[in-house]
Amino acid sequence: MIAETGHYALVLALGLALIQSIVPLIGARLRDPALMNVARSTALAQLVFCGASFVALVVLHVTSDFSVANVYENSHSMKPLIYKITGVWGNHEGSMLLWVSILSLFGGLVAAFGNNLPLSLRAHVLSVQAWVASAFYLFILITSNPFLRLANPPIEGRDLNPVLQDVGLAVHPPMLYLGYVGFSISFSFAIAALIEGRIDAAWARWVRPWTLMAWIFLTLGIAMGSYWAYYELGWGGWWFWDPVENASLMPWLAGTALLHSALVMEKRNALKVWTILLSILTFSLSLLGTFLVRSGVLTSVHAFATDPTRGVFILLILCVFIGGSLSLYAARASSLKQGGLFAPISREGSLVLNNLFLTTACATVLVGTLYPLGLEVLTGEKISVGAPFFNLTFGPLFVPLLIAVPFGPMLAWKRGDLLGAAQRLLAAGIGALLVLALVWAWAHGGSALAPPAIALAVFVILGSLTDLVERFGLFRVPFATALRRARGLPRSVWGTAFAHAGLGIALIGIVCETTWNSEYIGTMKPDDVARVAGYELKLDDLFQRQGPNYREMIAQFDVSRDGRAVSTMTPSKRSFTTRGASTTEAALLTRGASQLYVSLGDATAEGAIAVRIYHKPFVLLIWWGPVLMAFGGVLSLSDRRLRVGAPKPARIQPHLQAAE
Amino acid sequence: MLRMIAAIVALTLLAMPVAHAVQPDEIMADPAKEARARELSRELRCMVCQNQSIDDSEAPLARDLRLLVRERISAGDSNSQVIDFLVARYGEFVLLKPRFERQTLLLWLLAPLALLAGGAALWLQMRRRAGSGGDVPSPLTPEEEARLAALMSDDAKSG
Repeated sequence: MIAETGHYALVLALGLALIQSIVPLIGARLRDPALMNVARSTALAQLVFCGASFVALVVLHVTSDFSVANVYENSHSMKPLIYKITGVWGNHEGSMLLWVSILSLFGGLVAAFGNNLPLSLRAHVLSVQAWVASAFYLFILITSNPFLRLANPPIEGRDLNPVLQDVGLAVHPPMLYLGYVGFSISFSFAIAALIEGRIDAAWARWVRPWTLMAWIFLTLGIAMGSYWAYYELGWGGWWFWDPVENASLMPWLAGTALLHSALVMEKRNALKVWTILLSILTFSLSLLGTFLVRSGVLTSVHAFATDPTRGVFILLILCVFIGGSLSLYAARASSLKQGGLFAPISREGSLVLNNLFLTTACATVLVGTLYPLGLEVLTGEKISVGAPFFNLTFGPLFVPLLIAVPFGPMLAWKRGDLLGAAQRLLAAGIGALLVLALVWAWAHGGSALAPPAIALAVFVILGSLTDLVERFGLFRVPFATALRRARGLPRSVWGTAFAHAGLGIALIGIVCETTWNSEYIGTMKPDDVARVAGYELKLDDLFQRQGPNYREMIAQFDVSRDGRAVSTMTPSKRSFTTRGASTTEAALLTRGASQLYVSLGDATAEGAIAVRIYHKPFVLLIWWGPVLMAFGGVLSLSDRRLRVGAPKPARIQPHLQAAE
Repeated sequence: MLRMIAAIVALTLLAMPVAHAVQPDEIMADPAKEARARELSRELRCMVCQNQSIDDSEAPLARDLRLLVRERISAGDSNSQVIDFLVARYGEFVLLKPRFERQTLLLWLLAPLALLAGGAALWLQMRRRAGSGGDVPSPLTPEEEARLAALMSDDAKSG
């Protein structure tokens, strides 16, 4: 009964979405407020029905109703409750349902908090939202229905892929989807602006908080996924340039560019046409990511060709939305007036530079991800594009970008003073050079590029601090005055500083981990000692234990440094009986920002076990960086001037009414 | 038993300075050669895995390839000879970094071209704008000043 209710709710949501796709548009044409307002109620009702459908699937999973195919294939009655819930989106059908639920959530948010939007703009935005929603409801109902029943219900389920039974999975996909789907809002705003043929600074003011929100979630989602891969996959890698990862990185790069160009548009009313294009591209890349991950085209072009229903359907959605929106853009963009002139050396100029490099970086990832697919389809030739390619092409693009980062906030709008900015950054530059010298003297081995890269990161961090210090006049005015000014500083300024510093911090982590990572790989028996980076790890004991739905072999290590005991580490290897699969649960020991990482290999007949031990210096900075960036985003979002639904200045209202 | 453990400890300790092999039994005696093998391994694809290098992968095929790479190195091959050997055997698919060839021309050149084209477009636009009067508004004429003053006082009265 629950399954049927969920299915029916989803069909109703589709019906509502179809109404929302058409009626508000007609209303906007006829300038009929009642028809335009339909969008608001349908969007809210859609949220209710789609939410109900999602809740229904959660209930089915929690109660282990194996008469439903989706539950049977991905759940097990012995599975811990949290993984019964997270298992809902650990599979294709469920994750698509999560996708549309989040889409309906965002639609509902616009409807609920969009009271100060012009009525026709809101009608258009919600209408475009509903086009996207209708397409995906149809996709789920036709090709990926999660509520299908089995004729002969089995007694036990087939369990969730053990690699996915992890807290990381509880958080990673919803975060990522909040990011992906969040960009649909800026997309809908862009299309609405193109349909209306009108776009102004108020538009950018509206789009920016939504974009920022999506960007924060995407940043955290990517960081989360990277950390999950790091501790779960068992060889300590944190970024593999896998097409699935690239699929999330591309919208992030485009979204970051969008965030910066929307800033120019809001403050200076310039770069309008470009901002619209970026909004379209960012969401298109989100759709592309969904296609790449969900169609199975990545595992093999042939697998895609043998079972093409899902893939072709998403490909169709992709073509209609990307093609349609770009055609609309081509037809209407020229009608949008360009405004706000600026000199090349200015805040705007630096943000344009940022956009140039970010979009090129995005293009690099796009080409690298799709090229092997395209080449195979066209010529049948198979090539691989992996980490070495991306490191070589993507890395260098970030060098000029990072050098420019501290200069941007120092330049004035319209016409900046590069020399003045350089003078103010002198201290940061000297600091970076000092660090360069220190690292060079201290480091032995590793790439010669590592010390300059760290110096660059330090420059970025010190540069963003300098911007803050300059603004509250620390060292120039009495401390109390500086403190007062610091408190009075707009939160978005703090946000910028944190986000930029986060970039530098992540870079330090990346460079240190890749350059000075030490490892030990060997076979150990109880009482053997391994030495890695000054730590001694003694294998104390090897034993078996029974978990809820798996058996695990645990190795206990005593970790000491210079003869003093530090801690114990217990990596394990789990075998899941239902799927016959096993996972390695690495043990992590955090020391400051560095980590010791122990993961187990296979046990030998003589009671020994293969062990990999890594010491990863400053590895945690890789994820602290993005967290700091997201924190900066949150600060900026909480800025009063930017707040979603912040009241308009009251004095504009009477003028408008007088005109009517 | 004790002697055996001691031997293992000694062996693992000996292995320490090298400490770069994926499996203990694959290590080459010469650290320089081993380092080369590792470097090559990171650029070679484990063909049965999804986007993993043979250095990362635990698949049996990856192990075979790692051993093959080491075999070629100890036979005195240079890095490029090893790569050529593997490509001849397994095709271009084995390379994680495709070679710069006719069919990968676009792959390698598209990003730099995009950067150049974007930069050129921006430069042209800047020049066009600079040519069409620049971005600094000319100072107001005395008449305009007077009109502005009138407007401002109007505004003050009505507001």
